[in-house]
Amino acid sequence: MSIDTGTPVQAPTPPPANASADLPEDAAQWSARLRRSAVKALPPERLMPDRQPAYVASWIYVFGVLTVSALAVVIATGTVLAIMGPTWWHVSTVGLFVNSLHLWSVEVFFFTMIVHLWGKFFMAAWRGKRRATWITGVVSFVVSVGAAFTGYLSQQNFDSQWISTQAKDGINSTGAGAIFNVTNFGQMLMWHIVLLPLVVVALVGLHVLLVRLRGVVPPFAAPDEHGPAPAGRSEGPDGIPDVVVPTDAVVVATNGSANGHTTNGERA
Amino acid sequence: MPTVSAVTTRLVGSLIDLNHPGHYVHWGFIQMSVANLILIGLMVVVFVAAILIPFRRHGGGDR
Repeated sequence: MSIDTGTPVQAPTPPPANASADLPEDAAQWSARLRRSAVKALPPERLMPDRQPAYVASWIYVFGVLTVSALAVVIATGTVLAIMGPTWWHVSTVGLFVNSLHLWSVEVFFFTMIVHLWGKFFMAAWRGKRRATWITGVVSFVVSVGAAFTGYLSQQNFDSQWISTQAKDGINSTGAGAIFNVTNFGQMLMWHIVLLPLVVVALVGLHVLLVRLRGVVPPFAAPDEHGPAPAGRSEGPDGIPDVVVPTDAVVVATNGSANGHTTNGERA
Repeated sequence: MPTVSAVTTRLVGSLIDLNHPGHYVHWGFIQMSVANLILIGLMVVVFVAAILIPFRRHGGGDR
């Protein structure tokens, strides 16, 4: 049954894309304030830059993105394993292959993460207000160890049985065994495929956002024995010497030819 | 007559024989498998190489 009200029904006009930014009465909404602060902190050109500082042209700066790439493979193969189930990954050749991909991508993940960690440690990468970046990296590493550990417990073989019976004494000695029972296969599998991946991905995402927010840490300036101190050398709030790379050596293109553009130095 | 895959498997197996219990090294209370020790050595090698090997830049620019 329909009711004719006698008035023509008009389709609502869709608001323009930036309507909320143009309407003063909407400016106080939490969503508008959140959007403004997010765009202010991480404008698109900073979130996805075309150029990087010249000092990034070193292999040691590659290992962070290698770690993220390995994590993407870990998540992708883990998703396939979750979809197909244990019988598939234990019996079929394709399942065994994906299972091996999952394992070896984890090995690559930790390998590159350790090299990344060493590189950042010897650069003192917490300089220049990058403490949060460093801490999220450290916590990501610790949680990743837990994710890998529960993964080894979920292998359903003698190896996982051995690891769980060895680990239970260590876990029980901390008092955590009451709620984190490493011999409980179902609990370990849930931690491995739900809880810990969520935490790892969230932490790594935050870590990458902080890298984009604070910029990539520059190397220590080489001491110049024959001239003045390097340009921009200063001390950070933590008393650790901080560095702004001279402005004529700052940028290098990441997607094409480098033409020696000069720009303002990215703050260390 | 052995198949190609069987020959390949035997060749690879003769290079690295994994059909035995793992080897371990001990330093007091520290115990580590040789496999993990080799992996740590590899990480050190890659770390040093990443610092020393020049990074190729696009377009031959010097900046």
